[in-house]
This record gives sequence, C-alpha cells and structure tokens, in this order.
Amino acid sequence: MFLSSSLVDRIFGWIVRGAGWLSVSILGLITWFVAWESLPLFQKVGWREVFGAKAWYPLEGAFQYGPMVLGSVLSAFGAVMIAVPIAFGLSLGLHFFWSRALVGVIRQILGLLVGLPSVVYGFWGLVTLVPWINQWQSPGTSLLAAILLLGGMILPTMTLMLDQSYARIDRSAVLAAHALGLDMPRTFACVVLPHTRPALGAAISISLGRALGETMAVIMVAGNIVQVPSTVFDPVRTLTANIALEMAYAMDQHKAALFFGAFLLVVLNSLVMVGGWLTRRAGEGVHA
Amino acid sequence: MLERLPVLQRWVGDTRLLTGVYWGLAWGSLGLLGYWVMQLGLPIFREGWVGISWGFLAEEPLRSGRAGGIGSILLATAWIVGICLMTALPLSLGTAILFRQFQREAPRLIVLIRHCLDVLAGVPSIVFGLFGYAFFCQFMGLGFSILAGGLTLACMILPVMIRVLEESLAAVPLAYEWGAVSLGLSRVGILLNLLLPRALPGLIGAIIIGLGRAFAETAALLFTSGYVDRWPQSVMDSGRALSVHVYDLTMNVPGGERSAYASALALVLTLLIINTIALACLHILQRRTPANAALSLGRSR
Amino acid sequence: MRCSLGILCLLWCARSLLFAAPAQEQKLMVTGSSTVAPILLELAKMYEKQHAGVRIDVQSGGSSRGVADAKQGLADFGMISRDLKPEDSPLEGFPIARDGIAIIVHKSNPLKAIQGATVKQIFQGKIRSWKELQGADKPIVVINKAEGRSTLELFLAYFGLKNSEIKASAVIGDNEQGIKMVMGNPQAIAYVSIGTAESQAAIGAPIKLLSLDGVPASIAEVTGGRYPLSRTLNLVAPKPVTKSLARNFLDFVRSQEAEPVIKELHFVPIVVPR
Repeated sequence: MFLSSSLVDRIFGWIVRGAGWLSVSILGLITWFVAWESLPLFQKVGWREVFGAKAWYPLEGAFQYGPMVLGSVLSAFGAVMIAVPIAFGLSLGLHFFWSRALVGVIRQILGLLVGLPSVVYGFWGLVTLVPWINQWQSPGTSLLAAILLLGGMILPTMTLMLDQSYARIDRSAVLAAHALGLDMPRTFACVVLPHTRPALGAAISISLGRALGETMAVIMVAGNIVQVPSTVFDPVRTLTANIALEMAYAMDQHKAALFFGAFLLVVLNSLVMVGGWLTRRAGEGVHA
Repeated sequence: MLERLPVLQRWVGDTRLLTGVYWGLAWGSLGLLGYWVMQLGLPIFREGWVGISWGFLAEEPLRSGRAGGIGSILLATAWIVGICLMTALPLSLGTAILFRQFQREAPRLIVLIRHCLDVLAGVPSIVFGLFGYAFFCQFMGLGFSILAGGLTLACMILPVMIRVLEESLAAVPLAYEWGAVSLGLSRVGILLNLLLPRALPGLIGAIIIGLGRAFAETAALLFTSGYVDRWPQSVMDSGRALSVHVYDLTMNVPGGERSAYASALALVLTLLIINTIALACLHILQRRTPANAALSLGRSR
Repeated sequence: MRCSLGILCLLWCARSLLFAAPAQEQKLMVTGSSTVAPILLELAKMYEKQHAGVRIDVQSGGSSRGVADAKQGLADFGMISRDLKPEDSPLEGFPIARDGIAIIVHKSNPLKAIQGATVKQIFQGKIRSWKELQGADKPIVVINKAEGRSTLELFLAYFGLKNSEIKASAVIGDNEQGIKMVMGNPQAIAYVSIGTAESQAAIGAPIKLLSLDGVPASIAEVTGGRYPLSRTLNLVAPKPVTKSLARNFLDFVRSQEAEPVIKELHFVPIVVPR
C-alpha cells in the first residue's frame, strides 16, 4: 500500500516498521533473558532430575513443575470463564439498554478499576474472600479464591476492550436494521456480533495473558501449596506465585529453577495462543 | 470505544423473551460489578479519607511512611507514568498502523507479530521487573532510576495499547483510505487528517487503559525505579511509585495500613482526575474536527 | 498546538536529565531484604540530614539480591534477614538488630502456651485436630513459609525438621500475610516475626502470641536473650570495609542514635560502641 514515494512517506514507512519490529524484539529479548537465566538449572541438576521430580523442594533438590503449571492453567482459564459472561452482559447494557449518564459513570468506574494496584485486590481477597470461603471449607485459600479474584481483576480490562470493539460497527447499519424491523437480539446476532468477534478474541487473549501473569494477588489467596487440586477448595500454587514467593531468597540453582518456571509460562502462553489461532482457523473454515 | 451505538427505544419484533434475557444479563452483570466495586471501594474510602489532606499530598514520607505524606512519591509516579506513556504511545501507534497497512500484503507475518504481543501480555510482572533490571538498569547503565522504571512499564503496557489502537483504527473503513490515496494524499497526511481524528476515541481509550495499568504495576517498578522515597531530582534518580508505596505499607511496615489506605485513595482520585481530563479533551477535540462531524450521526454525540 | 506541547515536554525532560545530581556527592548503595529495608531507609534519611552532600540509596529485592550485589560490588552493603552462611563468603556480616519468631494463633483459641515438641508434631501432621490440645473439634490449619525464607530456615533448624516433612495447609510469603490469615481463620496456626505480631496485636488484631517452652513471646524476652527462637538482621559487605562513608554509616547504624528507629519498627537494636 506504500504507493507514495515522497521522502516524508518513506521515512514514515521506516519508522512504522521500526516500531513494529521493536515491539516484537522486546518479546525476543525477554524470552532469551529468561532462557539464559534458567540454564544453570540444567547445568547443575540435569534434565532427568527436573522432569522426573516428584515434589517441589528446591533446597533439597526436587523440582517438580507439573502441579504449578496446572495451577496456573486452571486459575487463569477459570477466571476468563467467569469474566467473559459478565463483560459480555455489561457491553450489551452499555450499547443497547442504558442511558448516556449511566454509561459514562460505568466507563469511569471501569477505568479506575483497571488502575487499582494488585496488592489492593490481593489484600481484599486475603481479608474478605478467604475467610468467607473458609466458612464452607478450610483453609479458604484455594483455587476457587484464585479464580474469583483473578476473574474480578481481568473484568474491567476485558469489558473496556469489548466496549471498544463496538466502535467498528457502522451506526447506519444498526439504524437500517431497525428500519427493516429487526428486533434487538437479531440485530445483535446479525449486524453487531460478526464485527465484534475478532475483538472478543483479542480481549480474551489479553485478559488470559493478564490472568496467567498475575502475581501479587494470587499469592495472597491461592494457598501456594504445590499439589494437584482435587477440588476447587484445594490450595494451589501458580508458576508466577512461585517466582514471587521464593525469588527474594533464592540463590544459584534455586534462582535458575524459578526462571525456568517463567520460561514454562512463556511456552504455555504460546501454546494457548496457537491453540486459539487453530480453533479460529477451524471455525472460519466451516463458515467459509 | 467511547462512542455508542444508537439506543433505540421499543425494539420491534417477536422475540421479547430473548431481549429480556439479554436485558437481564446486562443488569445482572451490572449488579455484580456494583457489588465488586463496593467491596473494593468502601474500605478504601472509609479508612483512607481520614488520612487525606493537603499536607499529606505535599510532604515527604516520615517514619517509613506511617507519618508525613506522599508528595515525593506522587512526583516520582508522575514522572514514571509520563515517561511510560510518552514511550509507549508512539511505539504502539506505529505498530497499530503497521498492522493496518500490512494486513493485506503479509497477513501471516502480522498474525505472527500479533501472537508475539499476546504472549508478551502474559509475562508476569515480576519477570518484567527482573528483565528491566538486567536490561535497563545494568546493561544500559541507567541504574535504579525513574527512567528505567518508565521504560520497563512501557514494555509492559505495549500489548494492550497496540490491541486497543488496532481496534480503533479498524473503525475507519479501508475504502476511505483508498479514496484518499487515489486523490494523491500522502501517508502522513492520511494519518493526520483521516485516521487519527476518526480513531481519537480509541486513542483516548488506549491511553486510559494504559494509564490504569501503569498506575497499578508494582513488582516491575520495585526492581527498576526502586524503593527510595525522597524527592527525586531528575529522571536518573531512584524514586518510589505509588503502587510500590501501598505495597510496602501493607506488607512490610507494621502499622502502615492507615497510610496504605490513604495512599490508595490518593491513587484512585489521581486516576479519576486524569481520566476525566482525558475524556474532556476528547469531547473538545471531537467537536473541533470536521471529519468526526461528518461521519457521526446527530444524536449519538 | 499539540506539537508544541509535545516539544515542551521533551525539552523539560531533557532539562531534568541535565540537572542530575552533581558528581561530587558521596554515594552509598544498600540493597537486600525487604524486612530490613524500612529500617535502613529511615536511618539513611537521618544520616543524610546530619551530613550534607551524602546520598544513601536503599533498595529492596530480597536477601539473595543483597548478597549478590555486595559480592559483585554493585552495592556497598547488602541487607539480609538472617545470619551469614558459608556460601556467602568472602563477605563479612555486621549484625544490626535482633528479631524473634513467634507461634501465633487466633485470639479465640484457648491455647496460651505451647511446647516445642507439640509444635513439631503439629507441623509434621501428627496432631491434626485442635481437640487433641483441649480445643474445638476442628482441623488445624497449618501455615508454613515459602522455601528459602530465613524464618522458615530458622524454624526448621530449631525443631530439627526438613521442609519436606511439613504438612502445610497453606504457604505464605510475608509476615503480614501470615498475620492476616490467622486473623481470618480461628483454626490457623502460623509462625511470624515477633515484632510484627506484637505490634499488630497491640493495635487490636485478633491474634495471640504463644509462649514457647515457657518463655513468653515478646520483644522484651528477645532483648533479654531468653526467647529461644531468634534471628539476627545483618548488613554484609566484602571485607575489609575501606570506604570511609561506608564505615561511618555502619557505625551510625549500630550506635545509640539508631536505637529509637529500630525499636519503633519492633526489632531489638544491637549497639556496638565505636
């Protein structure tokens, strides 16, 4: 599309391309950094030890990552499953049902919720949510607490991004649908939804990423026991909580082990993204 | 994001049940949101209000933050967030424009880059902090500094901002761009006169989300801009961000909770003021640009 | 208009960069444990007020960061919330304060004192219910600390346990988190820093510090040296400490002037005569 050949435009083209590559190179740098820092683990402990470990006692030489990977996956996916319906409902209200004033207030509140530090969320979780769950089942710090808290944390961002996606829709199309006598559900399904689907995917990707990467709040409510949970009331430890809990005191191979956890997280994230892309491709194939 | 579809009263049609379901879902979600906001907001307002005063906002912290104020911390936070936005905004705008231009020419590449950004969004904040320390503080020689903190933060909010900006640019149909190109308008001209005005709400929206993330980030800043709470002399100085201060008071300093609530309240109020200013700017700018006036319908302003 | 605003911002930032701190200022860098950091930050500010032209930056990052930075020369002092280990050599340790570890339970728990052997059995999972300790018929919620933490290591060393032997219901990081958990759960038992627990209990938190083997858990007992579970907070530096500013600051931290600051944060000061 770069048809114009003026100097300004060519410079502009290079700047834009530079910006894009810079953004990608940041990810490359971080991945390289994490991989580099995890190397000592394999140099000192060895592959078989790491992948055959039965528990997580790094100071005694046991490095088992499985339960933590599961903890991260379960809590993040659970959080997204909670947040999506609520974000969806809110976006419906914002664009179809509510008055201008209410919409403005809600958007301001969502903007503020995005800016609340995770320690505030975590603190609330520790002081209110955990004792509440404790009434049903000890100890209260559990997978359920993590899912609920994470869901609440990613809700504002997801709602705002979903809200954003409605801007793609041509307003005259909605009016035309109304003129043709379509009701709200049909207008939504046939005029609005097709345009917002890719944006919904974007909102979910970013929110899933945020949920997988959340550290401080999860530490306070998830219980941090390295185990495979049998019920939602069991404590779990996520990869991120593991890093934050132990990094402050970790030396040498313990530190490398924590970095390998971060590396696993990046790999996990990539797998999830690839999975999402594949399902989208499959879905498109059917509808094409 | 900050525009709305026209709200039409009395939708016609026979599936009132389905409309009712959607309506119930919307109001139910609002109820849940309201409950959530009450749970988080009430303690902050109740306990924090006592501690807020002009003195609190202007003085330096004393006694590990349990006395004195947060003046130096507010300044450091302002610089950190400022650097972050000034770096992230051009970078994400450039990348979003890149996506738009190359959408047709190299779709696979764009998809790859987009996935890379999504993975970046999932990197934990503590890893960003450690990376920021290794790269900005040590490799680039910035040491513990506000500059390093701002740059690290910019890396963190890039994925979200790029996504939101991409969506807002997508609101401008490609047909308009082809028309402009066929009339001989330069790339830069198209950007400034066609894309940006139409994408302005999305731009402000991206700023609001990015700002929110920047204010909320703790772990990354602890390792890069640091822990020192005195008045920073320059961006090369170490400075404590407001979120780090709240964290320290809650978790490390015994008896620091009252100040923590007051600081959290100050954070919320600051964000409220900034967001309101951003929305007001949007309002003013929208009224001035003719592009918007032509494309939007009368009542949906 | 927007362009000029942007240019003004850029110029202002450039100006700030140019007006960085003058090079002739004397600087010290101290990094390490987040437990010790609040103490050192206040002491650094006091010292800066008394001596013009001095800047002492205190950064957090954990005990391991303190050791690593001191070894590499990135920091003049490292802060650690434990004693020196053999792998920390060639660093030298300078104790600056003492702290104890208290076993805490919820205020509603009828228990007031506990024996070391009982603690060991609870944490090993051999005693499961409060009923066995004349309490309610409810399961004990055991709260352990994360691996590598100095409080955990001290706890394990004192009771002769390995971390893999402990059957915990939850694992926490900071002391405050432990206190909040016990506050919210009447069946919980945890071990945290005495100073933190004491100060929280004093302002009304519903927790109780148990006497261990007959000695009440209080800072007074730690000062008197009677409480068995105690630890030292140290500053580490490569020996010998040559920089005069560093020597002076170290003397200041261990002097009587620093006592009120350390006491206010609920630790026991260690005073070393100059």
